[in-house]
Formats: sequence, C-alpha cells, structure tokens
Amino acid sequence: MAGLTKEQIGGFLARQGILVAFVVFMIGFTLANARFLDPDNIMGVVRSSAILGVMALGVTFVVISGNLDLSVGSMMSFSTIVVLDLHDKIGPTLAIPAMFAMTLCLGAFIGFLVGYLKLNSLIVTLGMLSAIHGLTLTYSGGKNMDIADKEGTWFKVFGQGDALGIPVPILLFVLLAVVLGALLSKTPFGRKVYAVGGNGTAATFSGIRRARVVFTCYLMSALCVATAGLIQASRSLGSQNTVGQGLELEVLAAVILGGASLMGGSGTIFKTVIGVLILGFIQNGLLLVGLQFYVQFVVTWVIIILAVWLDIAAKRGKLWSPIA
Amino acid sequence: MTDQTPVLRLEGIVKTFPGVRALDDVSLTVLPGEVHALMGENGAGKSTLMKVLGGIYQPDEGQIIVGERPAVMTSPLEAKAKGIVFIHQELSLAEELSVAENIYLGELPRKRFGLVDWETLYTRTNAILEKLKVRFDARTRVGDLSIANQQMVEIARALTVDAKAVIFDEPTASLTDAEKVVLFDVIADLQSQGVGIIYISHRMEEIFRITDRISVLRDGTYRGTLNTRETDEEAITQLMIGRKLDLSRNASHHELGDVALEVRGLSCGRLYQDVSFEVRRGEVVGFYGLVGAGRTEIAETLFGLRDPSSGTILLDGEEVQIDSPHDAIQRGISLVPEDRKGQGLVLGMNCRDNMTLPQVDDLKAGPFVAEGSEIAIFDQYRDRLDIRTPGWKQLVGNLSGGNQQKIVIGKWLSMHPNVLIVDEPTRGIDVGSKSEIHNLIRELATQGYAVIVISSEMPEVLHVSDRIVAMYSGRIMRTFTSDEVTEDNLIQAISGISGDNRDKVA
Repeated sequence: MAGLTKEQIGGFLARQGILVAFVVFMIGFTLANARFLDPDNIMGVVRSSAILGVMALGVTFVVISGNLDLSVGSMMSFSTIVVLDLHDKIGPTLAIPAMFAMTLCLGAFIGFLVGYLKLNSLIVTLGMLSAIHGLTLTYSGGKNMDIADKEGTWFKVFGQGDALGIPVPILLFVLLAVVLGALLSKTPFGRKVYAVGGNGTAATFSGIRRARVVFTCYLMSALCVATAGLIQASRSLGSQNTVGQGLELEVLAAVILGGASLMGGSGTIFKTVIGVLILGFIQNGLLLVGLQFYVQFVVTWVIIILAVWLDIAAKRGKLWSPIA
Repeated sequence: MTDQTPVLRLEGIVKTFPGVRALDDVSLTVLPGEVHALMGENGAGKSTLMKVLGGIYQPDEGQIIVGERPAVMTSPLEAKAKGIVFIHQELSLAEELSVAENIYLGELPRKRFGLVDWETLYTRTNAILEKLKVRFDARTRVGDLSIANQQMVEIARALTVDAKAVIFDEPTASLTDAEKVVLFDVIADLQSQGVGIIYISHRMEEIFRITDRISVLRDGTYRGTLNTRETDEEAITQLMIGRKLDLSRNASHHELGDVALEVRGLSCGRLYQDVSFEVRRGEVVGFYGLVGAGRTEIAETLFGLRDPSSGTILLDGEEVQIDSPHDAIQRGISLVPEDRKGQGLVLGMNCRDNMTLPQVDDLKAGPFVAEGSEIAIFDQYRDRLDIRTPGWKQLVGNLSGGNQQKIVIGKWLSMHPNVLIVDEPTRGIDVGSKSEIHNLIRELATQGYAVIVISSEMPEVLHVSDRIVAMYSGRIMRTFTSDEVTEDNLIQAISGISGDNRDKVA
C-alpha cells in the first residue's frame, strides 16, 4: 500500500465499499466451502432469491420516489394466504386474479394515504405492516392454509415448474425485472418517479402530479408483492400466516445495497437486482460456512447498516466526517 | 492604510479538481478596518477560495496567513477559532431553538451540575442584539423570525468571537432596503473595531456604497485589486467578464398584440388584495416591490399553486380557473420560479431530463420517452440560450448558477407558453449571464410572448419592462409606463408613500 494515503484508501472504500465487501465475502466463502461456486448452488441461490427479488423490484419504485414501504412482508403473507384459501374455494383460475385485485387494493390504500393525503410513508407503512398482519390472521382465523389436492393442481407451476429448463420463479423475476426496468428507465412515468423523488417541489412546479406518481409507485409495489405471494403459495402449496414476516427489511436491504438512496431520486432496477443477488449469496455463503440459519437475521441487519453507512460515505467521499 | 499589518493574507493559492484548475495562483490581502469586495462571475472561483479559507478544502499550493502567522485551516471550527468568521448566504440555524441558544450554540454558559445559565445567556445575547438594533429579543424562536432577521442572528453569532476577519457571502440577497441599512451599520461598526471584512456580492450599488477595495477573480485567476473610490462599475464589469454590461432603460417600442392575460380584482387572503392588471402579447410587465409585497404569491396563483379568495383570471379573454400547475401548463402559462434549486430544478438529474420534464408525457415513441426528440430540444435551447455544459448528461447540480437558470428558462421556453412568468430571473447570477437573460426577455417580447417579470432589483425592472406594476403590502400602488417611470416615483410607490392608489394606466 506504499504511495497510497490513508485518505485515498478511505475514499476508495467509501465509493466502492459494497463491491469490495462482496468480493471479500465471495472469496472467503469459496475458500471455506468449494461447493459455493457450484452451478447448482448458484442456481439455487438465484431461485431462492426470486421471491425477495420480485418484491424488491416494486419497492425500488417506492424508494426512488422518496418514500418507504415496510408493509411488503405482511402484504406478501396476505397474498399467499388469500390465494391458497381461494384456490380450493373458487379454483386457481379465479383465485389468482382475485388475490391480485385484493393486494392491489391494499397498495392503492397506502398510495392514497402517502400520495394524496401526504402522510409520512414510514408511519403509514409501518402501521400497515401490523394492520395487514391482523387482516391476514382475521381472514384465516389464525390457522395455516393448505391446498387439499397438492399433487393434482396446475397451480404449482409458478413456484415449482420449469420452462425452457429454467425454474419459473426465476423466469418471472427476470421478466418483471425487464418490464419494470424499462418502465422505470424508458417511460415518461419512470422519469417522473425520479423527478418526484429527486425534488418533489420542482416536480410539482413542472406540472407533474406528484400524488398520482406516488400512488402508482405503491400500486407497482403491491403488484410485485402479489406476484411474490403467488410464487410463494405455489411453491409451498400451504402456508403459515407469517410467511413474509421480516422480508420488508431484507427487501429494503437489497434495494439500498443496490445503491438506491433512501432520500429518493436515485437507484435503478438493474442495481436492485445486483443488490438482491449480493444479499442472496452472502446468506447462502454463511449457511455453507456452517453458521446457524438464525444468524442470518443479525447479518442482514449488519449489511443494512453497512450499506446505509457506505451510501452516505460515498456522497461525501469520506468514511467519516463531522458534518453530514 | 498600506503600512498596516493585514489581518488576513491569502498567498498564491492553487486548488485543482479533476479536470479543472479552480484557483490558479490567487492572492488576497485584507487590511484591518477595510471592507474588501470579492467579485467575479459565478464559477470564477470565489466560493472555492472561501472554502479554502474556511478549511473545507485544502489548497494544493499557497498559504493562508492570519495576522503574522501562517495558518493551516482544517475545518470551519478551526477557522472560527482563529477569528475568521463566515456569514453564509444560506442560513444554518436551528429553527426550533431561541435566538440566544442559536447564537451560543455549543458554548452555552453553565451553572453548577452543567445546567444552562439562562440568565447570563439572555443578558449577553441581548447586549449583542442591542448593538445590531434589531427588534426581537434573546428568547424569540428563530423559526418565527423573517429571513432578514435570521440573518441578523447569524451576524450576532459572529460578534460573539473575537473576529479578525468576517466574510459576508451575498448577505443582502433576501434583505429589504431598510434591513440593508442596518446591515451596513453593523459592517461599519465592525470596521471601526479594526475587523477586516470580505464582502461578496453581485450588487454593484452596494459594492460602491460600502467597500474600500475590490478584488476581481475570473476563471479561477486573480485579475487585480482596485480602490473603490478610483474606479467605476464599467471598469469592474470589464475586469470580470471582459466586456460591458448594458443596463440602459428599456426603449423598445414595437407593436403590442392582444391581451393575453387579464386579472380582475384578484385577492388571496392576507397575501394580496384587489389586484388588477393585464399583459399583452409582446409586452413585458415588471412587478416591483419589497420582499413580502405579494408579487410571488400572485405568480403562484396564476400558476395554480394557490387558490384566490376572490377575483377572476382571463386568458385570451376567457375566464379560467387554474387548479394546479399541471392545469396552468395545459393553458399555456409557464413559471420560472424564484427559488432555482428548490423549485426550478431536480439537481440530481441531468440537463436534458430537467429541460424536458414538463413535456415528457408528450415526447413519446410508443410507450417510451423519445430520447432523440429530447436531445433535439436540449440542443436547440442550449444553442439559443448559450448554455455552457459539457453535454446533456451533465447533472444540473454541477452547473454554475447562471447556466442552471438558463436550463430552467429553456425548460419553459420549449413549452412555447402564451404567458411566461419569471420570478427573480437573475438572483444570485453573475453579471455576464444576467445581461444575457435580460436580452433574452426583451427578445421574447419582440417575438410576441406575454411576459411578467418579478424582480427586486430596480435596474433590472427598468431595463426589461414596458410597464411596471409597483406593489406595496399586497396592493398595487401604481402602474407606470416606461416613459413616465423614474427611480424616485418608483421607490415612493413601493414604500407606500405615494398617495395615488390608482392604476394610472390601464
């Protein structure tokens, strides 16, 4: 390290810290367990990241618009329970659209509160995290929900099927990522999302109907949650009421890891996908190294803190500074 | 004066950023008891130089000498400890705290057990406030003060330390004329105590009123120091931009078109009352008045940001109700807002995207934004307005103030509005860009736009307007044509002195 000052190293770490950390983790895991780089393992990681990933795509819209969505975990539980219940009552063909409609209603409600009534998104979605959980438990009576005929239903294709040799959850993830990526980066709507998150006042002064944009972002988030719920339900064909519990933080971690700023106005779908994969590989690596599953919750928290720290460090080009 | 030991010397300061030599061998000497103006266009290096002085940037070469000793500034706190105090253009006060707490923040006087000694705090603060002749006391909550008074708090803060040099950065940007007088008194007071003052401003009248010497920067280089008494506006402008600035009275008399906008008896609560005026195509109507006279609020009403409590707005003779900015834009009204960074631009977005933001819905190729058309629009207005940027991908936040303002203007011109409202179009902008923007406004009028210009600078209003509406405390006092207006009757009208409360010219 001769010739490099402490300041330069600090600056480099501040800007590229997440990538550096990721590479260090990957090398460490590979040395600790050769299976880590096995194609089957990699495929497994991507596959198990798909649900988280789909949810993160929607939350990316919300975060770029300058808001938060902490309700996605319990909303996903809701979608999963509802679609499993309706599967046996009205059949999968009707259950799926019904579940999507109900989930979108929840998203619209949040969007109304945050967008039109301009309530703080942290408070609204934190409250909804709890409220939707209660709604789910009320709906199910607290019982686990199971499909009667687990072998015979075509419903399992979304979680367990393959197409073109690729697992359907991954296909759905990729498909949504492409469509939503194009929506965000190529369309007028996407442009407005960045403007609203970057400077809401200036967006209003440019004639952008801010409330409508924020509302639509929460609809996007709900749409992704419904898709995630579909995959989850189809994969397990039976579920507890708490299946999505805690996912909201992992989703947020993935979005922030990808480099979206919590202040809004920056981030991309592609970066979120990278964030999802980083999170997935680190969690998988920790398992392969032999850490207990439960340690993951702590690790996820550490990663969020690290990501947020590096996010602000990157902006000021220093790891630490007396002024923000 | 020259035989005195300078309070502050900057010698041969060089500061480079990747790709830019922001400061190239800049020197500046401040004597005790002098007011030293630092002038230059935006981007000339004034801010960078002050950041070096304040310890926010470290110079690559050169040194800072405070009194007789070379000093290395590593932080604003250290600069303050050495007696270098900054009064910033953008305020940094805690709104929820009292005036006294703000002034002594971080060094509140203590009693036993570390409790705050409120009595001492208030006594000391009131002593300072008395010197400043302000009308609020130590216990006032800062958030309840006007911007001007908040600035006084900021100045009071500087008076608590044994200041050797005080730097004022555009201190009068948001002050009324009466408040300016108080500020200048304060500066004179500091002067008499032997404090050296660096005064950064774009406003010539102030520079000539209060400064002793003027140093000019251009493109990061030092262009020279002049004695204020031995120079004039033209000479300084030439040093700054290498050419002359035209601020003559507007004298164009082209044909006016139909009435594009008419306002009858418009009121908005306490903000303004019974406002009536009209703007014809091809006409520039200037709105002049003190801060708080209600001019910006009228613009905001026309742009759908405020609901009028009574009165009517007519566009092309047709009565309209404007509910939102979106609505206003649909009806062909554009507003270049007062606060460029807060209201005009998304600083983290690139130039092109900012410029096309209001019309992004209409620039489509299939479901996607037609980036080609966007770039075409950007190129067109970059050339027309002479916007200096490396390319459309540049983030707007990285441009100088003048170029940022041109992006905002380009954004609204590209909408081809029927009525263009520009609010403080040249605030905080350097002389060169200023005159370009003035010329542009005149040119727009000749092209048949109906233009409203709101400004707090009299030379600007006189220079660009065909008619001038003078406002005082929410009311129109008088409307002048460019022939009948004089500086005197204009000042009287906006001070509420003129007894004539009628529109003389409809």
